[in-house]
Amino acid sequence: MTFLTGWGRTAPTPARLARPRSAEEVAELVRRAPGRGVAVRGLGRSYGDAAQNSGGLVLDCTALTSWSLDETTGLVTAAGGLSLHDLMGALVPLGWFVPVTPGTRYVTVGGAVAADVHGKNHHADSSFGAHLRSLTLVTADGVGRTLTPGDELFWATVGGMGLTGVITEAVFQCLPIETSRVRVDVTRTRDLDHTLETMEATDHRYRYTVAWIDLLATGARMGRSVLTRGEHATRDELPRGADPLAFAPGSLLKAPAWAPNGLLNQVTVRAFNEAWYRRSRPGTGLIQKLAPFFHPLDSVDGWNRVYGSHGFVQYQFLVPFGEEATLRRIVSRLSALGVVSFLTVLKRFGPGTPGMLSFPAPGWTLALDIPAGRRGLAGLLREFDGWVAGAGGRIYLAKDSRMSAETMAAMYPRLAEWRKVRDEVDPAGVFRSDLARRLSL
Amino acid sequence: MKNALGAVDTVLLLGGRSEIGLAIVERLVRDGARRVVLAARDATAGPPPVIGAAEVHLLDFDASRPETHGEVIEAAAKLVGDLDVVIPAFGVLGSQRTYDADPVAAAEAVAVNYGGHVSAGLFAARRLREQGHGTLVVLSSVAGVRVRRANFVYGSAKAGLDGFAQGLGDALHGSGARVMVVRPGFVIGRMTEGMSPAPMSSTPGQVADAVIVGLRVDAEVVWVPGRLRVFFAVMRMLPRAVWRRMPR
Ligand SMILES: Cc1cc2nc3c(=O)[nH]c(=O)nc-3n(C[C@H](O)[C@H](O)[C@H](O)COP(=O)(O)OP(=O)(O)OC[C@H]3O[C@@H](n4cnc5c(N)ncnc54)[C@H](O)[C@@H]3O)c2cc1C
Ligand SMILES: NC(=O)c1ccc[n+]([C@@H]2O[C@H](COP(=O)([O-])OP(=O)(O)OC[C@H]3O[C@@H](n4cnc5c(N)ncnc54)[C@H](OP(=O)(O)O)[C@@H]3O)[C@@H](O)[C@H]2O)c1
Repeated sequence: MTFLTGWGRTAPTPARLARPRSAEEVAELVRRAPGRGVAVRGLGRSYGDAAQNSGGLVLDCTALTSWSLDETTGLVTAAGGLSLHDLMGALVPLGWFVPVTPGTRYVTVGGAVAADVHGKNHHADSSFGAHLRSLTLVTADGVGRTLTPGDELFWATVGGMGLTGVITEAVFQCLPIETSRVRVDVTRTRDLDHTLETMEATDHRYRYTVAWIDLLATGARMGRSVLTRGEHATRDELPRGADPLAFAPGSLLKAPAWAPNGLLNQVTVRAFNEAWYRRSRPGTGLIQKLAPFFHPLDSVDGWNRVYGSHGFVQYQFLVPFGEEATLRRIVSRLSALGVVSFLTVLKRFGPGTPGMLSFPAPGWTLALDIPAGRRGLAGLLREFDGWVAGAGGRIYLAKDSRMSAETMAAMYPRLAEWRKVRDEVDPAGVFRSDLARRLSL
Repeated sequence: MKNALGAVDTVLLLGGRSEIGLAIVERLVRDGARRVVLAARDATAGPPPVIGAAEVHLLDFDASRPETHGEVIEAAAKLVGDLDVVIPAFGVLGSQRTYDADPVAAAEAVAVNYGGHVSAGLFAARRLREQGHGTLVVLSSVAGVRVRRANFVYGSAKAGLDGFAQGLGDALHGSGARVMVVRPGFVIGRMTEGMSPAPMSSTPGQVADAVIVGLRVDAEVVWVPGRLRVFFAVMRMLPRAVWRRMPR
């Protein structure tokens, strides 16, 4: 038995861990599933309990790493356990980039599909599922099936959090790039309204945009942000002599293996936020490498440990356009309470995919980290849940570790439709996770 | 499942009318529990009580019939799924004078206060171990910390229960399942009706509050009030000749 948690390091539960090395081994393990069922796990970068299965079996898919690229079309065929880190390391020097990358490269292809992940280009390119051509899924009967976007099961699997089966392979369209650099414009905004206005007015000019909000700024500066917007740089934008497709991201720093509880307090976080705000000098046409632009946190190995032994929760919600008042209400509440969040990120979403449980939809999404030991946190977030649900918004399952089944049902109107498809393909409930139990999926 | 902030989803109360037990259940429901099973003698005869917004199920349960305890645990799991918190809260106080006069009644009380907890506790532990999570909340008492002449039948059963619960907690270590031992002092309520409260007494609500805090931090032992821990550290060392003269 191994105790597993998500990235937030909360609510550990024991499970038997198996690491299949082929789709056949996956199928064999699924056929011999124990009574407490099977959960699928990639690199464990979801924050909560999605990739754990108390008392049952967990399939660690990270040994499934084969892949190939069709250099003429840019179609990539990748095994479910391949990490985007490894994939990018191989693709970028060949002049291709993944269609969508989350804020960390350390996720698997299977995890990216199961959570239908989004990146800074959501307003332009939608989420991962939009770029998929087909999936191979090992279902509860231990049979591998190939699915295409015409299948219901395909859209129950995209965003389906590993509860329809094991994604052993995915085929998706990649993006041609001339260089491994990004041309970046950085601006600071005065307050929340200014942030929203600027994003709305200028998002269409950039493939990638994101705002980092200084939650500790209050009063007239409430919601002040650093807006980072970028575009893949072209060859002629690089300085002479630069190797256009060089890509060698490394983890530079290592977070301490042990951190005292309360290390991240108001003082340290305020100092960090102030420094970040000041450091992010406004400018246009800055040439940046891919890694610091897309995955700044990956440069600190194991940064999630700085939150201490209680771990932390990430609260990421979405409110549709027109419901900015709810966003404002939550930001001002957080600012007023001085909630300590290391990085608070705001993103403007474009159209979503047909994924039945996919998170993204047109609107605004805000993500913040909060140490789990904070007093009164449960009540505060429950209150926010109510506001978000009331606004027709939702919470991201890949980040969630605490919402209730009722809240989830209220936020995901297509849950019943998803359940029907899942019940057909897995009538006995072989695929299960702690998240599925907590949310009565 | 317990969530990242310690809220649970399901609760099983054995001794489903216990004042302390219900006070704990009410608080768990307030904090997010949605499904409750109340198991009590002739429980299914009446309608289920309303506890917040929770779905409440009733099961018949008799602590003095250990051969039925396994079925009750299974039935509860069938009704609500994984058992996040199991609270065996049944017990009878009785009076030492009655027990002195009627040794058979004393043995029957012990069968409930100790024996019943052994079978129910072991069956519950088996289920929690399989789940890989869940907490068994055992209501011990300071009466068992050092047994007093004034109520040694009840006290000795609590002493046995306390030792049992600690041993079970150790046996479950590393399984994901836990045991929390609760040691209240005198609790002013139904069980002690008509008795004059001892020093450092508490109410069922206060016991329940302490249990909720203990569950949040995965405490192994909770004293109610907390001061009793220090008090009993001293009491335990009193010479026997002095202890023997404790009036109650
Ligand atoms: C620093 C950081 C930044 C992040 N930024 C973003 C972001 O910008 N946008 C975003 O969308 N997300 C973001 N995330 C979340 C992350 O992208 C998702 O949680 C992703 O699913 C993690 O992939 P994983 O391989 O680690 O999967 P795990 O966390 O191991 O699993 C996640 C889910 O996928 C399922 N799963 C995994 N592999 C398979 C498979 N082969 N077959 C079927 N199901 C499978 C699991 O059952 C589980 O439900 C971020 C996470 C971190 C830590
Ligand atoms: N009150 C205190 O001062 C105090 C102090 C320390 C510890 N405790 C312990 O805390 C626990 C709860 O006590 P409480 O204060 O809540 O008392 P309570 O309200 O009297 O509850 C005790 C419950 O036990 C039930 N019970 C007794 N015999 C049973 C049997 N054979 N089968 C099934 N159920 C049976 C009773 O059921 P009926 O409703 O059917 O009678 C009653 O509901 C007990 O273990 C007690 O020993 C109490």
